[in-house]
Amino acid sequence: MSKLRETRGQKIIGALEKNAVPILFGIICLIGIPFSGYSLGYLGQEIIVRISRNSFLIIALLVPIMAGMGLNFGMTLGAMAGQIGLIFMVDWGIVGIPGMILAMIISTPISAFLGWMCGKILNMAKGREMVTSYIIGFFINGVYQLIVLYGMGSVIPIKNTSLVLPRGYGIRNTVNLITIRKALDNLLAIRFLGISIPFATLLIIALLCIFIVWFRRTKLGQDMRAVGQDMEVARAAGIRVEHTRIVSVVISTILAGYGMILYLQNMGTLNTYNSHMQIGMFSIAALLVGGASVARASIGNVFLGVSLFHLMFVVSPPAGKRIIGDAQLGEYFRVFVSYGVITIALVLYEIRKRRKAARGGLLLAQDQVDSGEVDA
Amino acid sequence: MTKIKQFIHSFGWPRIIIGLFLLSLFIIAPFVGINVSTSLSDTIVRFGMNGIMVLAMVPMIHSGCGLNFGLPLGIIAGLLGGTLSIEFNFVGNVSFLMAILLSTPFAVILGWGYGKLLNRVKGSEMMIATYVGFSSVAFMCIMWLLLPYNHPSMVWGYAGTGLRTTISTEGYYWHVLSNFLKFGIGDHFTFPTGMILFFALIAFLMWAFLHTKKGTAMTAVGSNPVFARASGINIDKIRTLSVIMSTWLGAIGILVYQQSFGFIQLYMGPFYMALPAVSAILIGGASVNKATILNVVVGTLLFQGILTMTPSVMNSIIHTDMSEVIRIIVSNGMILYALTRKSEATR
Amino acid sequence: MVDTSAPLLEMRNISKDFFGNQVLTDVSFSLHKGEILGLVGENGAGKSTLMNILFGMDVIQLTGGYEGEMLVDGKIVDYTSSFDAIADGIGMVHQEFSLLPDFTVAENILLNREPEKYSFISEVFGERLNSLDRNSMNEKSKKAIGKLGVAINSSMLVGRMPVGHKQFTEIARELSKESTRILVLDEPTAVLTEQEASILLSAVRSLANEGIAIIFISHRLQEIIDVCDTVLIMRDGKIVKNEKAQDLTIAQIARWMVGREVTHHADRRSFDYEHSSVMLSIKNLWVDMPGETVRNVSLDVHKGEIIGIGGLAGQGKLGIPNGAMGLFTAGGSITFEGKEIALNEPRRFLDAGMAFVSEDRRGVGLLLDESLDWNISFAAMQVNDKFLKKYLNGMLMWRDEKQIQAVAQQYIDALEIKCTSYRQKAKELSGGNQQKICLAKAFALTPKLLFVSEPTRGIDIGAKSLVLQALRDYNEKSGTTIVMISSELEELRAICDRIAIVTDGRISGILPAETPSEDFGLLMVSKRGNTEEKPA
Repeated sequence: MSKLRETRGQKIIGALEKNAVPILFGIICLIGIPFSGYSLGYLGQEIIVRISRNSFLIIALLVPIMAGMGLNFGMTLGAMAGQIGLIFMVDWGIVGIPGMILAMIISTPISAFLGWMCGKILNMAKGREMVTSYIIGFFINGVYQLIVLYGMGSVIPIKNTSLVLPRGYGIRNTVNLITIRKALDNLLAIRFLGISIPFATLLIIALLCIFIVWFRRTKLGQDMRAVGQDMEVARAAGIRVEHTRIVSVVISTILAGYGMILYLQNMGTLNTYNSHMQIGMFSIAALLVGGASVARASIGNVFLGVSLFHLMFVVSPPAGKRIIGDAQLGEYFRVFVSYGVITIALVLYEIRKRRKAARGGLLLAQDQVDSGEVDA
Repeated sequence: MTKIKQFIHSFGWPRIIIGLFLLSLFIIAPFVGINVSTSLSDTIVRFGMNGIMVLAMVPMIHSGCGLNFGLPLGIIAGLLGGTLSIEFNFVGNVSFLMAILLSTPFAVILGWGYGKLLNRVKGSEMMIATYVGFSSVAFMCIMWLLLPYNHPSMVWGYAGTGLRTTISTEGYYWHVLSNFLKFGIGDHFTFPTGMILFFALIAFLMWAFLHTKKGTAMTAVGSNPVFARASGINIDKIRTLSVIMSTWLGAIGILVYQQSFGFIQLYMGPFYMALPAVSAILIGGASVNKATILNVVVGTLLFQGILTMTPSVMNSIIHTDMSEVIRIIVSNGMILYALTRKSEATR
Repeated sequence: MVDTSAPLLEMRNISKDFFGNQVLTDVSFSLHKGEILGLVGENGAGKSTLMNILFGMDVIQLTGGYEGEMLVDGKIVDYTSSFDAIADGIGMVHQEFSLLPDFTVAENILLNREPEKYSFISEVFGERLNSLDRNSMNEKSKKAIGKLGVAINSSMLVGRMPVGHKQFTEIARELSKESTRILVLDEPTAVLTEQEASILLSAVRSLANEGIAIIFISHRLQEIIDVCDTVLIMRDGKIVKNEKAQDLTIAQIARWMVGREVTHHADRRSFDYEHSSVMLSIKNLWVDMPGETVRNVSLDVHKGEIIGIGGLAGQGKLGIPNGAMGLFTAGGSITFEGKEIALNEPRRFLDAGMAFVSEDRRGVGLLLDESLDWNISFAAMQVNDKFLKKYLNGMLMWRDEKQIQAVAQQYIDALEIKCTSYRQKAKELSGGNQQKICLAKAFALTPKLLFVSEPTRGIDIGAKSLVLQALRDYNEKSGTTIVMISSELEELRAICDRIAIVTDGRISGILPAETPSEDFGLLMVSKRGNTEEKPA
């Protein structure tokens, strides 16, 4: 049996379909940019800001994809751990870079524990990891609220009264992070062509990229890729499949916690009960916009995705106002696009998987015709 | 003793814990000054409001499409029916009837497309259903602004176009079912007979359907799709039918909800509506591929009972309303339990 | 180069049963350094169980271990897992590939045994954070591939390689283990082209010359004779012959394999199928059924006959009914009673009046979670509108529980199905009784033609004869034509009128059932085109 012959037309369509999502987004952005009325300099600045703000979080998604567990909707767990770290940091009054480091240190064991738990549960739900990790996100959100809204200030001591709700316990809806606002972004910031570039932040992201590249080459990375392709083959070769899967979720969760801290130092305020819920969806959408699929994602996908997705995000409200005369419409449009892109990417992935399975029959029919066996 | 063990096994620990928890809430209630008849009455009203949306889970579970996280699609069909009925100035009982009639074609068309989509992604229905629900809600947000509605009781007063976020059903189909043959016992207990009867009617139709030839085929498709295929069933057709039914029940469900609640909630309103319905049927004893009408009734009663009782009881005991948090933990915990059960993981 | 001193591997009086079903009886043999041992036998002869014991597979432990002793290098061994066997130098290449498509050849060969480079990070976070030594991986895999005498690029992705190269990669993986002393090759040439097969055979020879002992399992008897030193022939869980390969002929081996010449089957009948009309005509059928691919099969089935389809596992006999019914993607054409039946649509097949009892009882045949009455009545209800109460001119079709239960009870009695009642769930029944439920389901359809696939697989002897008798009775009483697919030749010979043998996805011959077993045996191991269909 050999290759299935395809006409050139089928090949071009195949290639277009493979990159359907990034191409679609490119077109939306190209249409939107002139209507938005923004200058290219402004858009460039926005993209730099958003790359430095979001890419760490998105890179956190890469590890479980490597291990074949799909998109880790459970990254919100890490985000929650990061937020808890930040709350304590504000409470203890540590500022600037040391504050961020403290928040990261606090978040690490929490992320690790949540990630371990999430990994355990996902091992019990093989084949439906994504929907399960998505529900775990909701479930832990309940626990998070229990701790932050009821536990903090009553059971867990919080000294800083400006953090606490007027009723005496529970953290306020917004926490001001002025003490670390842009602490990292402004460190070593440089200006280039009128665009300010947060050098230190980008450096850290670059280091993380190097870490990911290095990690792929380690024994653990190799094991994860093996488990991701075929759990049974990996198990037969003696790889500890369940353990490896758990480790991948733990790493992802810890990275997501750090990513959330980086993200919030740029934003400067923490929406205690909302920030983490949206971040998972936006990160996943951005990664998929970059051309990643449920089974395959690269660092290139991350940066392409973050640029295209956020370009669309910046451009759509003013473009919506110009085109239809309603800025609210642009808002809804971008929400729609975020969810829509995840839907399309998931559906395309499934359809492609099935088409691949149908190839066997086509090959057989082709063979039979080739060998002249059919005396039609 | 073994009988009891068997019962516990078949009923499942989570349901027993939730049942006991609810029972203890009812026992504590009088001691902390809560009127039990009010609570019971509230529970029954909420049961009637939500029952049909929980029932909407049944067809898709039977046909093996899993839990319908895409319920918002059906709700959208219901919202379209409700708003169109008001737009065309139907009032009173007729408006409710018209809302159902007008939402039906939307439910059928949307359900058909949604079913076709789910047929192409077998094995990952639940994740994709979730996002179909989300995307459609977001898409309708745009539509509510753009569609040429102009009934004064629905559009923004200052602009004259674009629907409001909440629209009152008063004067249209507010309480058309709840007030039908309604009776009260004492000062605090009222029974929304019409609404409960309506639920019973729909539930009966569902039960009857499952006893027909088509309904039997649907159960078999969910139980073992390969068996069904080998018995000459067109699996895709049956699954599409089940999705259309689920979507239509979602539409009817939200209309019943609105007639009791008094408001139509547009825009992001339907966004998270699927989760309570999903967890209710799971609490009632359903699994990812098996569900009965009894599961619906038990589950909705337990789930809505807890939603009614926890805020008031908790509030009186520790002077804090933790009900929202408890709702999140219980409902999502229940879904997690169902998703990770071994028996289902094999298929 | 056979070393005549102490054997490297010795099996002494190995016996094994699966829950009372004896699959190996008193098997003894020995294997020396550098020896190539051919292992042949029909499916179910016990080859794979024997190899599972050697390889310490879990399934042996889980079913209560085995009797007898196994000695490696003169010491008694008792492997609790396959990892023990691997550590002891036993390598096994299974028939199904165990390769990762997105890994290169080198990565696959050294999976989980990758050479690592020390890194200080691993001191803190554990050894798994050492990075892989890619150069050394390439070298090692090249060395292992080199032993086979083939040219395979070790940095090529396995998923993009032709199937023959995958097979070589699998073998190279075992060779890359320094300790490998005994190598088991399970049908290694099944997927290879002639040229690749001859490369492999010479590689096997040269490995033996280096002192590796090889157990070579194959259905291609010429290969066995060409490459092996000794041949073990197994039948019904026993070793029937242990001979030097050089003196053997294919015909001899084939006869020993199918063995047990039963010349007279008590209830054999003579049925003149040639004078009855052609009921079903299959033309140029291909079926994409994994592991049972069918290529270009044409077959006529005559009205009223019982035709058998035999052949070794994996050759495609199961693909024929599965493809005809449309459970797996198929092409070609099927004509039933003069009408062409659309393929890939089970409903058309059933509506035409055919039925199929699948070999996959639990997966296809039964609703395991539902009651017996549902299982029996469902297909007939859906296809023939039986067991329904019709209202409103047939607009509303209501399940008639009474009729359903009655028909279930009727078949439970007729087929002597052991169960508590028709309410019992199908999954709670034993294999034989489950099989009877599957038959009852098909009978309830009252088909004109019935395909029955492996009707006696996995059921005990008593149940076997009951099932076969039920089929024969059904054929004679209701005149239903039966196509029976089975791996057990004697079973086919007992009840069929004629038997087609499928080899390599094609029909290699059709013979009357009274033909001696030996001729069937030859058909089973023949290569395509070697045998012409004999005139009956």
